[in-house]
Amino acid sequence: MAVRRLHPDQPHGFEFSPENLAWAKATIAKYPPGKEASAIILLLWRAQEQAGGWLPEPALRYVADMLGMAYIRAYEIATFYTMFQLSPVGRKAHVQVCGTTPCMLRGSGELIEVCKSRISEHQHELSADGDFSWEEVECLGCCANAPMVQIWKNTYEDLTPAALEKVLDALARGRQPVAGSQIGRRASSPEAGATTLVDPSLYDGTTLGAWKKRFPELQEVGAPSGEPGANEKPKE
Amino acid sequence: MLLEDKDRIFRNIYGFHDWSLKGARLRDSWDGTKFFIDKGHDWIIGEVKTSGLRGRGGAGFPTGLKWSFMPKADPRPSYLVINADESEPGSCKDREIMRHDPHLLIEGALLASFAMRAHTCYIYVRGEFIRERERLQAAIDEAYAARLIGKNNIHGWDFDLYVHHGAGAYICGEETALLESMEGRKGQPRLKPPFPANVGLFGAPTTVNNVESIAVVGDILRRGGHWFASLGLPNNTGTKLFQISGHVNRPCVVEEEMGIPLRQLIDEHCGGVRGGWGNLLAVIPGGSSMPLIPADLCETLTMDFDSLSKLKSGLGTAAIIVLDKSADVVRAIARIAYFYKHESCGQCTPCREGTGWMWRVLDRMARGEAEKSEIDTLFDVSKQIEGHTICALGDAAAWPVQGLIRHFRPVIEARIDQYQKAHKQAAE
Repeated sequence: MAVRRLHPDQPHGFEFSPENLAWAKATIAKYPPGKEASAIILLLWRAQEQAGGWLPEPALRYVADMLGMAYIRAYEIATFYTMFQLSPVGRKAHVQVCGTTPCMLRGSGELIEVCKSRISEHQHELSADGDFSWEEVECLGCCANAPMVQIWKNTYEDLTPAALEKVLDALARGRQPVAGSQIGRRASSPEAGATTLVDPSLYDGTTLGAWKKRFPELQEVGAPSGEPGANEKPKE
Repeated sequence: MLLEDKDRIFRNIYGFHDWSLKGARLRDSWDGTKFFIDKGHDWIIGEVKTSGLRGRGGAGFPTGLKWSFMPKADPRPSYLVINADESEPGSCKDREIMRHDPHLLIEGALLASFAMRAHTCYIYVRGEFIRERERLQAAIDEAYAARLIGKNNIHGWDFDLYVHHGAGAYICGEETALLESMEGRKGQPRLKPPFPANVGLFGAPTTVNNVESIAVVGDILRRGGHWFASLGLPNNTGTKLFQISGHVNRPCVVEEEMGIPLRQLIDEHCGGVRGGWGNLLAVIPGGSSMPLIPADLCETLTMDFDSLSKLKSGLGTAAIIVLDKSADVVRAIARIAYFYKHESCGQCTPCREGTGWMWRVLDRMARGEAEKSEIDTLFDVSKQIEGHTICALGDAAAWPVQGLIRHFRPVIEARIDQYQKAHKQAAE
């Protein structure tokens, strides 16, 4: 568990933009009548996006009112789920460095040092110009591409300290760095090239309809046997 | 023998090909779906039972059996909830399915929901997977537009599929915590019974399945339960997405047969352990909660549920974290202990207090700042957490610590000796 509290300085009010309000109504409708509370994480997340990457207290009350929930229930959600930022984050980037063991083994400690020297000594602190902030987070689920960071919606993977500096340089200049692996490999394929999935017949539709052979009721009398691409073992 | 390409289910796991409906159709997705639905609920469950598929989320419970627990005639609606809250350190497979082959998941969701007489399915995606859920939603929109799902769809079974998401809580991967979260509360696990099949989402019958378990269903029906069962080992059938991270030359995700020897998996697909097989220290074989296995036991190890549980570890999500001899194994496990301390939901005292206590002790031990007698105390405390909590997070926090003490006690002792020697010299 982590102790998380609301920020002492809060804005006066919050309400959804017209687009977000329409989106919120459509989202609530995904759940059965009477179960509107189910939408709370989704709505608070949208509120955080609208408010510039952190969740002000008036937004909690606004969303709770919209869903007919007690304020304390919304506060509980905001403090329990750690993706809700309870204090302001950097305008250009809030860098979330994965520090859990798979990333640690491949050098996340050095990435944290980059953040400390370049952004701020302590996590959740704004940089001097207010453009950047950082935090160490728990496993982000990109372990085969460790070490990595997440900035807003994107992940930057297979990082070195120098590669992270480049990503931050680009963001500082207002550019959008290329997301994903920073060593040019495709997703989580092996770096030297895929060791599997090289058979072209997997992708040209050859195997379509092969399943029919398994079902006697689908066998046409006199149909040619051995359809191309029939790749299964017969049902015993 | 490695798995042949023709027996792979996840043909676009790296995203080299088109993820969209058009591309997915060329890879057999949605081929024969109507025919399988016309065969009936019980036929689908029967095929999945025949396949021997065991849940891919970690616990390895037989999927077909789980489905058969759902009531057949109940006035309440039934729900399928797909657990895409992939957060176990080391695991990174569901992400690849959702962003590169989402139609496998969507078709599987329809087939599984039909088998369990559910007209509604929610997919709970972890909050951090923002691009993944955008991709998944785009694929769902395609499926609606093509009337593959939705009301009055071409398959004759009304079916709505919604993407839901979390906001950074590992515990929501526990099925009842996930349901709590979906109902708009903190993700704190429920006491069982009642089990979700009787009282689940919104108080209605619910089955919670992992993404990979659902995504393989279409291919199991197309190729047959017997085909799936012919791969792997008895009681450990089929193919599996393995995720290898840590100290290997080329970390990757790869689909292989269950029961593949660990060494072959690492050598063939990952270019070997960094510095060669002889440089291996240990592996964590199934995600961070599984006790580590030292190098001498890795030589002949096969990757399946049963052989790993014989070694007091487990296959978990088949997420393999490799440590070479340069790794500080005490520090690595201390970091895992910190993870569980951070992710404990705080509901049960042994876990809320115990995870933090274990982390603090291990953090000292990693520096050598401890007494040797504390090693036994730590083991003892871990046993008081294990099995004494509502959900398995307490167990998951205790097991890696136990594995460390079981296999690397001399390393901890040497560290303590070193620290005490250094401080004695300093004092003199």
